[in-house]
Amino acid sequence: MGMTMTQKILAAHAGLDKVEAGQLIEANLDLVLGNDITSPVAIHEMDKMTVDTVFDKDKVALVMDHFIPNKDIKSAEHCKCVREFACRHDITNYFDVGEMGIEHALLPEKGLTVAGDVIIGADSHTCTYGALGAFSTGVGSTDMAAGMATGKAWFKVPSAIKFNIVGKPSKWVSGKDVILHIIGMIGVDGALYKSMEFVGEGIKNLTMDDRFTIANMAIEAGGKNGIFPVDEVAVAYMKEHSKRPFTVYEADEDAVYDEEYTIDLSTLKPTVSFPHLPSNTKTMDQIAEDVVIDQAVIGSCTNGRIDDLRCAAEILKGRKVKKGVRCIIIPATQSIYLQAMEEGLLKIFIEAGAVVSTPTCGPCLGGYMGILAAGERCISTTNRNFVGRMGHVNSEVYLASPAVAAASAVTGKISVPEELGL
Amino acid sequence: MKANGRVFKYGDNVDTDVIIPARYLNSSDPAELATHCMEDIDKEFVEKVKKGDIIVADKNFGCGSSREHAPLAIKAAGVSCVIAETFARIFYRNAINIGLPIIECPEASKGIEDGDEVEVDFDSGIITNKTKGTTFKGQAFPEFMQKIIKAEGLVNYINSQYK
Repeated sequence: MGMTMTQKILAAHAGLDKVEAGQLIEANLDLVLGNDITSPVAIHEMDKMTVDTVFDKDKVALVMDHFIPNKDIKSAEHCKCVREFACRHDITNYFDVGEMGIEHALLPEKGLTVAGDVIIGADSHTCTYGALGAFSTGVGSTDMAAGMATGKAWFKVPSAIKFNIVGKPSKWVSGKDVILHIIGMIGVDGALYKSMEFVGEGIKNLTMDDRFTIANMAIEAGGKNGIFPVDEVAVAYMKEHSKRPFTVYEADEDAVYDEEYTIDLSTLKPTVSFPHLPSNTKTMDQIAEDVVIDQAVIGSCTNGRIDDLRCAAEILKGRKVKKGVRCIIIPATQSIYLQAMEEGLLKIFIEAGAVVSTPTCGPCLGGYMGILAAGERCISTTNRNFVGRMGHVNSEVYLASPAVAAASAVTGKISVPEELGL
Repeated sequence: MKANGRVFKYGDNVDTDVIIPARYLNSSDPAELATHCMEDIDKEFVEKVKKGDIIVADKNFGCGSSREHAPLAIKAAGVSCVIAETFARIFYRNAINIGLPIIECPEASKGIEDGDEVEVDFDSGIITNKTKGTTFKGQAFPEFMQKIIKAEGLVNYINSQYK
């Protein structure tokens, strides 16, 4: 019986020739990640350990991105705690205001995540790096502390679900629609404890940013990780961003999968997750009544990359955000911010009546920068629409692509770009 | 070791945002987090919960964020055990790592109602619904996880390994 792509990476990092689903292993880590919410708890746990140094100061990444620039005194204290830790341990990859970006956009951009890596992060969306052919998964703060101290983590080797991607998406269908479609199909626990392995000739029709979006939301189906094969597009991205060597793993021909699905990109339609679960999806043509919105958020670790901003700009160019709608656009990193400026995207956004923010996770988790009042509705390119996720317990979040979010900001109701003659 | 308490029963997909909303994540103090535990799904939880009480839920308990603040808040609120049909994987790891006892048991999840008095024997995995007079057998932990549980969390376990 052969191994899946994920199983091969885990076996190599555990020093084993072979692993199988269900086996408990200890794997060597290439990177341990934390942010300003999860790192303080990890640092507190590490203080209790007999090991008092990090295993490798180059293989720990601390990214201040959730409540930063600090929203209040307590958040400032958290960042101070992490800043002091980073200084004390001479952490190479510590990113604070001015350098920081949303972690899952920042780390690949900085070349810190490459194919064949095993990465843990104290943030559930750490699964994003699977887009480059790495095994990466979210853990909690204690696992992060243990990872920082020992350079190792324990894993139960996952079984896998195979998604065979075929066809080419139509103009306004993007990676977000692909993953929302999949979550709608298998449910928020459809891939619980499992790998989601994406294969097939259709992958060449997905940009790197599309793949990051898809891998990013594997956790929203309960998945342990989401992973893509390493093709020319992924290699070109890594060569542009990283000096690190990478290793390409491929699933064995006779690898075993729990389930297999075929996703024909050409048949997908713009998709929206209605409150209060990411799996509560409807395609735009299934939405019979107007869903009037108060706010549109375009950004996050899911959809704050340059492709996302270009798409939003294409729609907002020469148009105005509907009176009464707040449109908040958040480039995910400083580099994306700068690129958006140089390409003239920020001008388009501001002239349309949107606001553009410094990188932050803020609104996605109801932290700050776009909190909703009771009864308000937001169309958002973020990743979760749980009860109270973006603010008041009686507010509502609708998850969608940048194209749908931008078009909705203009019309004031959930819309596709075609409604604007695009 | 045994847990004994009154049950707070919830449904499928209890997510980390309702267990501890992000607006309170500017604190990492378990006692402070506990004062907002379950606030967005059950406003009365914090007032009603007594030391030793048990949470029972259906599928995918703890889905969403990796925030360890979620099991920390539940533990600090006094909850002695969480029983669910299934747990989201990061919550599962976190609970074991911080020493919050959890048990997967679909039968118990179906056979226990809000307000029932329940006893859990962690050594045998036997869950007894004292209100209804029924018993269930929870899924045993793999040996490796039992070692972490016996050490009362991952930090102590690692300390014992790296002396």
